[in-house]
Amino acid sequence: MVRSNRKNPNRIRRSKEDIVVDTFCVVFITLLSLCCLYPMLHVLFASISDPVKVLFHSGPMLWPEGFSLAGYKATLARRDIWLGYANTIFYVTVGTGLNMVMTVIGAYALSRRDFMLKRALSLFIVFSMYFTASIIPNYLLMKGLHLLNTRWVLILPGAIGTHNLLVMRTALSRVPRELEEAAILDGASDMQILFHILIPLTKATMAVILLFYAVGHWNAWFNAMAFLPLAKDLYPLQLVLRQIVITNSQDQSTGDVADFLGESVKYAAIIVSTLPILCIYPFLQKYFVKGVMLGSVKG
Amino acid sequence: MHRDFDSLNKRKDLERENRPFGGKRGTNVTTAEGRAPGGAGGRRDPPKKGGYFYRLGLNIKKYTLVYLLMLVIVAYYVLFHYVPLLGNIIAFKDFKPALGIADSEWVRLQNFRDFFKSPFAWRVIRNTLKISGLQMLIGFPAPIILALMFNEVRGKYFKKITQTISYLPHFISLVVVCGILIDFTSSDGVITKLLTLFGVDSQNLLTNPKYYVWIFVLSGVWQNIGWGSIIYIATLSGVDQALYEAASIDGAGRLQKIIHVSLPALTPMIAIQLIMRVGNLMSLGAEKTILLYGPSVYETADTISSYVYRMGLQQRNYSFAAAVGMFNSVINFLLVVFANWFSRKCVEESLW
Repeated sequence: MVRSNRKNPNRIRRSKEDIVVDTFCVVFITLLSLCCLYPMLHVLFASISDPVKVLFHSGPMLWPEGFSLAGYKATLARRDIWLGYANTIFYVTVGTGLNMVMTVIGAYALSRRDFMLKRALSLFIVFSMYFTASIIPNYLLMKGLHLLNTRWVLILPGAIGTHNLLVMRTALSRVPRELEEAAILDGASDMQILFHILIPLTKATMAVILLFYAVGHWNAWFNAMAFLPLAKDLYPLQLVLRQIVITNSQDQSTGDVADFLGESVKYAAIIVSTLPILCIYPFLQKYFVKGVMLGSVKG
Repeated sequence: MHRDFDSLNKRKDLERENRPFGGKRGTNVTTAEGRAPGGAGGRRDPPKKGGYFYRLGLNIKKYTLVYLLMLVIVAYYVLFHYVPLLGNIIAFKDFKPALGIADSEWVRLQNFRDFFKSPFAWRVIRNTLKISGLQMLIGFPAPIILALMFNEVRGKYFKKITQTISYLPHFISLVVVCGILIDFTSSDGVITKLLTLFGVDSQNLLTNPKYYVWIFVLSGVWQNIGWGSIIYIATLSGVDQALYEAASIDGAGRLQKIIHVSLPALTPMIAIQLIMRVGNLMSLGAEKTILLYGPSVYETADTISSYVYRMGLQQRNYSFAAAVGMFNSVINFLLVVFANWFSRKCVEESLW
């Protein structure tokens, strides 16, 4: 205390209440951070531990028990993991690409100031966000369109996220109109205005939306389960992971020889499938945070 | 540059062509067109002359590209959002895939009657409300309290690192979260072992109806507390520091400042978020339930959406499931409309 006062003579001495509040907050936040971090650490430690020790381990794991990469070897030897990875990469790239094109198109149209049907169409779109059909009519529609058990069933129906569309519309309509007027005087066409003025000026918003779409595709599994009942080869990584991590642990009846690896494979598969998110997350975190604020701004 | 001049000339030609449509206010129209062919500027409104469709025709001519692009978007929404809404019609039919939707027999409200007469109706509605309600009761204040705490912490790096860590669970996929949960709550899992210290028997917690709901709700809070706090932290960072200084001069302690300065600053945001939560009270998704539950806990775990999934896609009882799903969407919609009406009245904010 004394030292900090010397450094900053204007600082008021902390009262007892200050000390209690500060300590409580720091302790609580530290505990919460540990709670948020520990599960992934546990999985990481278990995945590089000795498979036999993992099998008989119980309770918290604070450090790897023994060291073995057998779990990773067994995981990476599975065909379905690689196939799932390839499929997910396809869904993420093609899906996000389509998402961005459609979202920019829709937002561009809805942000034009003199476009007469703007209000009617906004209502038409927002209504669909709050009155949704259950999965049954959706399933029958996919069946009717012959999209069931094809890749496109995971890409086309979700081509636009309405919330992202509205965020993008707000961003585009905030571009100062003087810029567009100047461009028109210079003889720019609509497309030139879109590509040389609107898109560069809303790059930050677009990056955020792109990230949300991409993470959404990466983590998606439910539609794949519902709409790809007969196409195991098209399963995204998360659905493969579900089979390894959840379905298997619910019926532990398979008496395979290599079964003692089962637990380790589970942990290794989680790490393998979450690694990309964990690697990019610290660097992109601030964009996601920006995204929350964008979403809260009403268009 | 050359191309730019070209297009400028073209634009002039267009203006000349369009002039007759402007009628007597031709000059005005020309300026508006000259300014706003991309729909960009155009300070003046389009001419108010002529009927609605006449003006619409002019508007379409002026913004042909915008209308064409909009056609794509409308087609998407009609096909993937409105056609399924129409598809709900099978809720009033006895749908047989072999016959198709059109030729299946009408049964009017039979499916709805079947649902409300079955013992499952009360069970799934009760469970949905219970889980959603608990999620709101615990999950709603938690981010607010966390944000208030972050606001009190001074260490810049400590704050930054802990915030980043607290958002992390939000980005981990549901499959992984549920996989870890199942592992941690198995008979020799981390959470079970911790609970045995408090006298709970070593058991698979997720197959015990008593614990299932709490695991479901608390894991949701864990996943979203950090992420949910962002919006409140941002609101707090916009509070004028002079208010805190004034409060100190008036002799307020830390807790008093939290209650009388920070909390009032958050109130509008809290009101809006709360109203939105109420609007979503019955729209609990099926994903997490499907990952976590099993037949032994259906009594407390089965929600409307998971019931719809099981009935429709697993037992192929399409019409019945569609009826239950439609009942749920109508309730959801009414709740959102009500919440929005309430919000507009009380906090003068609305979703649309």
